[in-house]
Amino acid sequence: MKLSSATLAACLIAKAAAAGGVAPQDVSFAEDGAVAVSLSGMAGDPAAGARIMTTRGKGNCIACHAVTTLADAPFHGEVGPALDGAADRWEEAQLRGIVADSKKTFEGSVMPSFYKTTGYIRPGKGYTGRAAEADPMAPLLSAQEIEDVVAYLMTLKD
Amino acid sequence: MTRTRRRNALWAFAAAACVVATSAGADENARLVVNGEIEMVTRTAAPAHLNGALPDIRSGWTFRTTETQALQIDDFDNPGMIFVDKAMDAWNSVEGSEGKSCSACHGNPMESMKGVRAVYPKWNEAAGEVRTLVMQINDCRVKRMGAKPWKYTGADMAAMEALISVPSRGMAVNVAIDGPAAETWAKGKEIYYTRYGQLELSCANCHEQNYDNMIRADHLSQGQINGFPVYRLKNTKLNTAHARFKGCVRDTRAETFKPGSDEFIALELYVASRGNGLSVEAPSVRN
Ligand code: HEC
Ligand code: HEC
Ligand code: HEC
Repeated sequence: MKLSSATLAACLIAKAAAAGGVAPQDVSFAEDGAVAVSLSGMAGDPAAGARIMTTRGKGNCIACHAVTTLADAPFHGEVGPALDGAADRWEEAQLRGIVADSKKTFEGSVMPSFYKTTGYIRPGKGYTGRAAEADPMAPLLSAQEIEDVVAYLMTLKD
Repeated sequence: MTRTRRRNALWAFAAAACVVATSAGADENARLVVNGEIEMVTRTAAPAHLNGALPDIRSGWTFRTTETQALQIDDFDNPGMIFVDKAMDAWNSVEGSEGKSCSACHGNPMESMKGVRAVYPKWNEAAGEVRTLVMQINDCRVKRMGAKPWKYTGADMAAMEALISVPSRGMAVNVAIDGPAAETWAKGKEIYYTRYGQLELSCANCHEQNYDNMIRADHLSQGQINGFPVYRLKNTKLNTAHARFKGCVRDTRAETFKPGSDEFIALELYVASRGNGLSVEAPSVRN
C-alpha cells in the first residue's frame, strides 16, 4: 500500500496528539514567539538533534548557521548568526518557538518554519520541483525532531 | 583544427589576460578584460528602479574563485566557446522547408547580431508580446525557416544564444522596462519577491538580502543574468537562465514554473533589468 503525504501528515499529527503532544495547527505561541510546552510531550535527545541539524533533508540548519560544536559536518553557512551560546541568549521555550516557527519571533525572517503544515505558495514535493500532493502537508520536522533539536540547542552554552 | 581556425577568424586576439587577483577565494575587485581587449563592467551603480535595494550591482563573476574567474579571461580557456563554435555551424546550416539557414537572412552574426543580447527580453510590436532571445530564435526557425523549434533549455538553443551574445560582449545590458513591457516587468518583480515553497524563500531572500554570504557550500551572488547562457563547471555544459531559475525555485521545496512559461519570461525581464549597466558576458563561466 502506498501512503499519500496526506495520510502521512495525518498520521504524524495523530501520533503527536496521541503522545500528549501538540499538532502544528494547535501550537500556542506567546507574544514573544516562545512555545512553553514540549511539542511531543516528551524530552528531546540532543544527539539526535545534532544529526537533524546537519542533515540536508532534515533541519539543514548548518546551511545557514555556523555551529562550532558541529564543525565535523562540512560547509557551515552565514545567512543566520552563529548558534554558539544560543542557550545563553534564549530560554528553552524561546528556542522551541524559533525552531517551530521563527517568524513568530523574528518578523519576516528568512529562516524556514519547521512545524507548519499549510499556508504555502506553490509548495513542492520535497526537492523534486513537482507540486506537493497534500494540504496540509507534513511539517519539515516532526514534533519529536523539534524537541531533539531544541535539546541540542540547549547544550550550546559559552 | 577547424575549431581553432574559425575562432581565429571570428575573434582573433588571444592577448595577455588581465586580472588583478590576490586570493584563491573570490576577489570582488578583480578586473575582467577578455582576450586582452573586451573590458567588462562587473560592478557598477544599481539602476534607479531598484530604489536602493542594492548598493551596487555585481556580476556573478565577482563572486567566483580566482581559478574560476581565470577561465573567462581568454576565449581559449573558456569551455563555453566550444559550444559557440558548434552554434556557428548551426547558423550556417540550411534547415526546414524554406531551404534557409540563419546566415541566409542575417549574414555574419558578429555584425548582424551586435547589440541584440543586451536588449533582450524585449517587446515585439508585431507579435504584441515580450520576447526572450530564445523565443525570437524559435520564431525565426518556425516561421522563417519552416524548421522545428528547439527545446527551450536544450543544448542547441543554449549554444545559439551564446553565439548571438558574443558580438555584444562588453556592451551594457539595457533592457526596456517601460511602455508596453511595463506590465510584464511588474509581474516579474512580484515573482522575484514572492516567498515560494515549503522553505518560503524568495529570490530576494537569497540574492538581495544575502549575497556575499555563504549558504552551505555556496557563495551567494546577486543572481544576475548578464552572463547567461553560463558554462557551469558543475555540469560541464551551457545553462540557460530559465534552467537556472527552475533549479533555484526547486531548491525552495516549491513547485517550479516551466522554462518558457509566462512567469519565467516575466522573471527573466525583471532579473535582466536588475543588471542594467553590467556587461553582457555570455558565455560566462561559473561553478
Ligand atoms: C535559510 C536559512 C536558515 C535556516 C535553514 C535556518 N535558519 Fe535559523 N536563522 C536564520 C536567520 C536569518 C536568523 C536570524 C533571525 C532573523 O531573521 O532576524 C536565524 C535565527 C536563528 C536562531 C536565533 C539566533 C541566535 O541568537 O542564536 C536560532 C536559535 C536558530 N536560527 C536556529 C535554527 C535551527 C535549529 C535551524 C534548523 C532546524 C535553523 N535555524 C535553520 C536563518 C536560517
Ligand atoms: C528568412 C529569413 C530569416 C531567417 C532564415 C532567420 N531569420 Fe531571424 N529574423 C528575420 C527577420 C525578418 C527578423 C526581424 C523581424 C522580427 O522581429 O521578427 C529576424 C529577427 C531575428 C532576431 C532578433 C534581432 C533583433 O534585432 O531583435 C534574432 C536574434 C534572429 N532573428 C535570429 C535568427 C536565428 C538564430 C536564425 C536561424 C536559426 C534566424 N534568425 C533565421 C529573418 C530571418
Ligand atoms: C535558497 C537560496 C536561493 C534562492 C531562494 C534563489 N537562489 Fe538563485 N542561486 C542560489 C545559489 C546558492 C546560487 C549559486 C551561487 C550564486 O551564483 O549565487 C544561485 C545562482 C543563481 C543564478 C546564477 C548567477 C550566475 O552568475 O551564474 C541566478 C541567475 C539565480 N540564482 C537566480 C535566482 C532567481 C531568479 C531566484 C528566484 C526565483 C533565485 N535565484 C532564488 C541560491 C538561491
